[in-house]
Amino acid sequence: MLDAGRHDPRAVHVPAVTTESALMRRVLIAVALAFLTLFLILPVLLVFAEAFKKGIGALLAAFADPDAQAAVRLTLIVAAISVPLNTIFGLSASWAIAKFEFRGKSLLITLIDLPFSVSPVVSGLVYVLLFGAHGLFGPWLKAHHIEIIFALPGIVLATVFVTFPFVARELIPLMQEQGSLDEEAALTLGAGGLRMFLTVTLPNIRWGLLYGVLLCNARAMGEFGAVSVVSGHIRGVTNTMPLHIEILYNEYDFVGAFGVASLLTLLALATLAAKSFLEWRYRDAIANAARH
Amino acid sequence: MDIRIVNIAKDFGATGALRGVSLDIMSGELIALLGPSGSGKTTLLRIIAGLEIPKTGLVLFDNEDTTGVPVQHRRIGFVFQNYALFKHMNVFENIAYGLRVRRHGERKPPHTIARTVRDLLDLVQLPGIEERYPAQLSGGQRQRVALARALAVEPRVLLLDEPFGALDAKVRKDLRRWIRELHDRTGHTTIFVTHDQEEALELADRVAILNQGRLEQIGTADQVYDGPASAFVMSFVGDTSSLEVVVCNGCMTIAGEPLAADITGTAEGPAMLYLRPVDAVLSDSPRALAGTVISARRTPTGRRLQIKLSAGNGIVELEADAAKIVKSGDAVGVRILRGCIFAKQ
Amino acid sequence: MTMASWTRRPSAMPGFGLTFGYTLLYLGLVVLIPLALLLVRASGLGFAGILAIAAEPRVFAALRISFGLSLVAAAVDMVFGLLVAWVLARYKFPCRNVVDAAVDLPFALPTAVAGIALASLYAPTGWIGVPLKMIGISVAFTPLGIFVALVFVGLPFAVRTVEPLISEIDREVEEASATLGASRAQTVRRVILPMLAPAMLTGFALAFARSVSEYGSVIFIAGNVPYVSEIAPLLIVIKLEEFNYTGATAVATIMLALSFLMLLAINLVQAWSRRRFGHA
Repeated sequence: MLDAGRHDPRAVHVPAVTTESALMRRVLIAVALAFLTLFLILPVLLVFAEAFKKGIGALLAAFADPDAQAAVRLTLIVAAISVPLNTIFGLSASWAIAKFEFRGKSLLITLIDLPFSVSPVVSGLVYVLLFGAHGLFGPWLKAHHIEIIFALPGIVLATVFVTFPFVARELIPLMQEQGSLDEEAALTLGAGGLRMFLTVTLPNIRWGLLYGVLLCNARAMGEFGAVSVVSGHIRGVTNTMPLHIEILYNEYDFVGAFGVASLLTLLALATLAAKSFLEWRYRDAIANAARH
Repeated sequence: MDIRIVNIAKDFGATGALRGVSLDIMSGELIALLGPSGSGKTTLLRIIAGLEIPKTGLVLFDNEDTTGVPVQHRRIGFVFQNYALFKHMNVFENIAYGLRVRRHGERKPPHTIARTVRDLLDLVQLPGIEERYPAQLSGGQRQRVALARALAVEPRVLLLDEPFGALDAKVRKDLRRWIRELHDRTGHTTIFVTHDQEEALELADRVAILNQGRLEQIGTADQVYDGPASAFVMSFVGDTSSLEVVVCNGCMTIAGEPLAADITGTAEGPAMLYLRPVDAVLSDSPRALAGTVISARRTPTGRRLQIKLSAGNGIVELEADAAKIVKSGDAVGVRILRGCIFAKQ
Repeated sequence: MTMASWTRRPSAMPGFGLTFGYTLLYLGLVVLIPLALLLVRASGLGFAGILAIAAEPRVFAALRISFGLSLVAAAVDMVFGLLVAWVLARYKFPCRNVVDAAVDLPFALPTAVAGIALASLYAPTGWIGVPLKMIGISVAFTPLGIFVALVFVGLPFAVRTVEPLISEIDREVEEASATLGASRAQTVRRVILPMLAPAMLTGFALAFARSVSEYGSVIFIAGNVPYVSEIAPLLIVIKLEEFNYTGATAVATIMLALSFLMLLAINLVQAWSRRRFGHA
């Protein structure tokens, strides 16, 4: 009878069947991490490094610059207008799509996704064609002294266009998956439409909604191409933060440019952190939202 | 090919473990690993295949230590419970796969491979479906393609993991019979895992019964039915009733009253008497045990009664003649003909 | 409420008229009418007119640069995206969660920030520019710089389309391949990669579509030299500044047509793979 206890199979390096050898794994991880560091991490580090290059004093001076402050103000105003507008739209569209049956639903969803596949520059272009000096309504606007292009309304419009689908894209699959059972229960208990929406629907979708609003906001504050086309680049008046960054960079004011850039980078990092947190905590509620 | 499994131990899942399982399988045998979920039967099968590595113990193929040999080199055929067919390949490519991945020196020419695939499709009675994709096949067809794929590499042993688990009852019955015929024709050593005792005992030459990681018994259907090695085996392979008895000097008493019956198994002191529905009968004899019927239901072959004995409060399930009309609540007498005794756990 | 009841089955839920109406109104005003105007102007030019503009040397060069470099960048993204997705889905290593979140950086970071960061990184005085200059490679202000920016931009698409599929692969299929005698490399090549191919193609198409439209991340690191390193979106901006609305419209239409074709291709690939492999 063989003494089975003497033989220890753990000493034999038989690799698990469904994975690569340990060496291969380490090589693949190293290559992947190197690639990501090179392309993703280094740029972010550089933003902060350049911002602090001449010390904190220079950085704070850059923030104190009136044009920079105007840019921050403008960015905040634009976001404060466009994000709520698109959020209301997102709630409205996802309600109509998720709770009702009608023909043409998938066409509607495709149309809502349109701005996503349009180049930012083209997004700005369409409004110039509408409201620009030589655009469709150009002469009429000039005659009535209304400024859209090269002024705040144009910037808001372009931003709204570009960030149009964000909230809707998060909410539609979420609400579709949740179905209407809770709302129907509320109705049978006598709740009115608005009350039902506030007390039943909103709590159910709150994490998807928050996530969508965060993405919408990040994009609204960071949009460059579309806003660049409609803004006119008037210092202190029609420059958002990204546009101001461009101006500073082209003037070789690197501390200034990267200083403002670092603010936006912090916003991006915060958005990513919030996204991770929300995904970790409410995995099921936003499982459908991962279709970038 | 002979297979010897010596003292295999392994932890699996949250709490399960195989503890010191040893068994010998003869060349050409069709053997079933039977047991409830968590018994370790699938883990044991996967260890034989090389898909898992045991903590201790040996696996020997024809007396050669195969424990450290990677699964790719063991020349086994494995059929998974959900078939694991390659969805992006058609039936032909699936079956030919094992032949095509061989190294250049060992690879057969394409026309030979094609002939082998067609012969196998004939063997599994699915001629002409080479171009179809797994998504277009029924469950039973996928099962047979998986089998053909495993047979294509001329395996030394065929391993089947709950081969009929995902199929519905009618298909299952047909395939059972068909696998037995296939085995008789090809003569491969075959090991299959199942939790269905009827299936195991119907199909296999021998059955190995596992419970909580331990081998309870290995034997033919006769041996398992008539000579169960433990209370678990007895109750796992068929309906049983159990009664508390006391054994003293070869005499058995139930709640103080003497009980005479044809008993297998030995125990001393407090014990459990296990019996099948056919091991007890209704009796009018004065020495019969008194009891009350608590449920009566008609079966195709007779009347299944559950009787609560006055002595000791045990419940006996027995099959009575259909002609005898017995209802719930009736007072009856029970005579126990046979039973197995095991020590009380 | 009755205005829309002919388009839908009746429902007890309130608010259809309000929400559906508002949705259509907002969508129409913000998205559809402006885009429609663009198409109207484009059709005014006619197919021949648009092609004529596309054939102008400078326009043609810009389109070639945009499409050509995007194609190569998307291909690189597809390969490395697969690698990154595989490593994230299959392996455990420290900071895995941080890395997972970092993959979305190009998606979350404003394009202008990315643009200046990449430009400074690869400039002759930059962290990477310096070592590269020593071996004679210039990246910033050359087509190579555009390529780098496009790889940056497309990466999240390539990773996120493949990642869920990798997690879904049934391990038993890999085990089956091993029991049939295949080595790990053969299993990867013959079983795993073909199953991932549709998702990889989708990722490629999405990265490509995004790269072609990209503006902010690219114009800082590109030299913006006409015929050499000028991208199509920049050309649109230049033409707009010259009030050459016609030219801008033409180039924009070509780019829109491309996006549409890409979306169509993606849908076709997904439909084909669903039919063939029986997903969903």
